[in-house]
Amino acid sequence: MIALVDYGMGNVRSVLNAFESIGTGARLVSDPADVVAAEKVVVPGVGAFGDAMAALRERGLAQAVRDAAAGGSAVLGICLGMQLLASRSTEFGEHEGLGLIPGSVDYLATDASLRIPHVGWNDLTVRRADAILSGLGEEPTFYFVHSFEFHPSDPDAVTAVTDYGRAVTACVGSGRVFGVQFHPEKSGDDGLALLRSFVAC
Amino acid sequence: MLKTRLIPCLLLMNGQLVRSERFSLHQVVGNPIHQVERLNAWAVDELIYIDITREGAHGAVRSDQKIKGEDELLDVLHAVSRTCFVPLTFGGRIHTVEDVRARLAHGADKVTINSAAVERPEFISEASSIAGSQAIIVSIDAKARADGGWEVCSHNGAQPTGRDVVEWAMEAERRGAGEIFLNSIDRDGMGNGYDLALIEAVSEATRIPVIACGGVGRFKHMVDGVRAGASAVSAANIFHFTEHSTQRAKKTLHDAGVPVRMAGVKVR
Repeated sequence: MIALVDYGMGNVRSVLNAFESIGTGARLVSDPADVVAAEKVVVPGVGAFGDAMAALRERGLAQAVRDAAAGGSAVLGICLGMQLLASRSTEFGEHEGLGLIPGSVDYLATDASLRIPHVGWNDLTVRRADAILSGLGEEPTFYFVHSFEFHPSDPDAVTAVTDYGRAVTACVGSGRVFGVQFHPEKSGDDGLALLRSFVAC
Repeated sequence: MLKTRLIPCLLLMNGQLVRSERFSLHQVVGNPIHQVERLNAWAVDELIYIDITREGAHGAVRSDQKIKGEDELLDVLHAVSRTCFVPLTFGGRIHTVEDVRARLAHGADKVTINSAAVERPEFISEASSIAGSQAIIVSIDAKARADGGWEVCSHNGAQPTGRDVVEWAMEAERRGAGEIFLNSIDRDGMGNGYDLALIEAVSEATRIPVIACGGVGRFKHMVDGVRAGASAVSAANIFHFTEHSTQRAKKTLHDAGVPVRMAGVKVR
């Protein structure tokens, strides 16, 4: 079962639609016990880091996601959900994250002439083709929208980057914990291919 | 490299897709759900739906038309979102954070807000604090002033507000807008190209992406819009009347050296 963590923030409808279209139902889950029991866990999210962590903690879901990962479930964080995998963020103050992939989330500092947020479709340069990145077609492009960037402590945890004035973290991975800065559920066929690989991993 | 987005804008009026001319003439061009299936297959980068039904006009809706009120509109949005795997924006008649929430819950990824923001600018901050800036596009309908510059008009372009477009765009950014959807009332439906000075003025004054709309009659006009500073190019009418229009638009941009996403583009 794929549990889509429902903590009141995030475009859960789009993610549900995407899993439905590839023939795998995801279930919207708000009970921590259901998250821990799930074989696969998806952490969606849009909005601010601090609010999202507070909402996850309030509902007992932060610990549930950590427990699921510790128990061997595959975890996929999408957009803000990917950033939440980090140890901490500096978005509107200092906030503690889920700590599943050590590192920090900071303001996307890049060429001053470039617009922030980084919005739109961008290419992916894969550095390490892990389970979710191995089934992609040629020249895959994904839909990004973000103003902050995940900097893992271990550079090897960065599995793919995208070019926005410089190489910006696009995907992270460590064991069965994966994160994608872009929105696979809104990235056409490339995004659906990535979700299929996650389902199969 | 970040691609320039091609974003068809679909106008809904009383449940039908319509084409528009200078914000006043409207002609029915089709069914909203069939159209999204067509565009989705054509590899567009995003879709914007704007419901331009006049407020309080529901009494005049014919019984054979598909959408009669808010609930039916949300049903259409939900149906569209199930087959739309690119970002989907929904706008029109959004006045409260509940309106924003309802659209996001029915499958919209972003909303555009226009008149309600002009009337109460704090609405931009309220909406972006509940949904995130990335979900809030402030839509600005600009009308050229005789003495230079542009004035913001609200209520589907019908009401001059006295606000200056460039200043309003800067204020929208400060208040938490994630993008600006910039439409020229003078160019709407005319097919003689974007108001390039308008695009240049607004994109120079802001750091958030500017989506240009209003006036595209030939795909080359989109290239001009990008060169004037637009991050994304939008149009409505041209996509209704031109075969393989989205693919040809992409090819025109690509051939002019504008980076675009070529997935699904078969006209090479």
